[in-house]
Amino acid sequence: MQTYSVREITRYIRDLFEVDEILDDIWVRGELSNLTKARSGHWYFTVKDSDAQMRCVMFREATRGVRADVQAGDEILVHGRVGVYEARGEYQLYADQIEAVGGLGDLHLRFEALKAKLDAEGLFDPGRKRPIPFFPSQIGVVTSATAAAWHDLQNVLRRRFPLAEVILSPTLVQGAEAPTQIARALERLNRKTNVDVIIVARGGGSLEDLSCFNDEGVARAVAASRIPVISGIGHEIDFTIVDFVADLRAPTPSAAAELATPNRDDLLLDLDRLRQGLAASIGDALNERERDLRRLQSALRFITPLKTVQQAQRRVDDKRDQLARAQRLQLQQRSERLLHTSKALEAANPQHILARGYAMVRDEAGAVIREAAQVSRNQRLNVQLARDQIGVRVDD
Amino acid sequence: MEELTNLSYEAAYQELEALVARMESGELPLEESVKLYERGQRLSAHCQALLEQAELKIKLVDDA
Repeated sequence: MQTYSVREITRYIRDLFEVDEILDDIWVRGELSNLTKARSGHWYFTVKDSDAQMRCVMFREATRGVRADVQAGDEILVHGRVGVYEARGEYQLYADQIEAVGGLGDLHLRFEALKAKLDAEGLFDPGRKRPIPFFPSQIGVVTSATAAAWHDLQNVLRRRFPLAEVILSPTLVQGAEAPTQIARALERLNRKTNVDVIIVARGGGSLEDLSCFNDEGVARAVAASRIPVISGIGHEIDFTIVDFVADLRAPTPSAAAELATPNRDDLLLDLDRLRQGLAASIGDALNERERDLRRLQSALRFITPLKTVQQAQRRVDDKRDQLARAQRLQLQQRSERLLHTSKALEAANPQHILARGYAMVRDEAGAVIREAAQVSRNQRLNVQLARDQIGVRVDD
Repeated sequence: MEELTNLSYEAAYQELEALVARMESGELPLEESVKLYERGQRLSAHCQALLEQAELKIKLVDDA
């Protein structure tokens, strides 16, 4: 039979809790009760509903983010991780955030409602998003002058693009008056300045702290801005309505400053690249000219006066040869034609005809007799044979 | 060719970029290349100076 020590089995259970995704990052809803704020600054309380309860502990640092007026009996939402307290063999919730449900619940509901409404109006359309200028000579910033975010923003801007001029349009970034001030700060930059881009920024905070950026008036002010807006609110995970309406959303204020500006180091690298391009192209241009020149010079060396005379002489010889060939050709053609005509002449020689037994009759005047009508009775005629002739007289 | 001193970084940078592109396309008469080369040198020095000596200027605008 397998047996375990208490320690072994308790540890086993603890490890089970730790690898569980839900227990590791959980929001628990219930009623807050027996809240004890120890001298150490840690809080011990339970959260319960009608038929169950859970022990909770909240360490000092975490308690600072909780609204002071939270008290037993409140309906609350607690965020944290469920773990095993081995010494007592109990599980408990290690809390890092407490929200009054009234507050969080309402906030959440109102957030979703507003988001849907503005989305329906097309305020979140990607088509509306304007490009961020690459070289902003003036940058508007909407944040609180005393906030850490403003300090971070300045540092990033100074490091990346000190050429720019930054114009702060100060505002509260928390509490009831914040929304109207943020809207006014945005409108002021649009009205009184010609900045190229506006950064709306706020450091991290609870859902409640960021709620002023979920305000409809602020959302509409961002949408109405003629100047592109980059939002840098809270931390990576925080999404506010302003983030959806802005032309570009950055996860944090510093990231917003980075998205708004080129990086000086990149620009310096770019300058080197361009200078190299400059040197290379002038170098090529000179080399090319030099090569052309050298080619011409060698060509020149190749053609010396002696060579031109020899070339001319060669050309003359060629011409003479051509002439001689042409004459021979002509002679040949003429002699052939001559031969051809003499043959033809020979073929038409009457002697041949007479040799074949024909005779040619002529009168005493030598005219050739072709028909009987040319002669009359007793007329003396001459008959020419191949080799001799006969005298004859016409009978009838 | 605008006078250099009051040329903004963006304007100087874009002129430099266009100038290098033109030179890289080649087929320029030699003295044109040399003239562009010198202009390019001055532009890049101007940009370099702007980047290195710039101080972030901060202003405030409010309803006062």
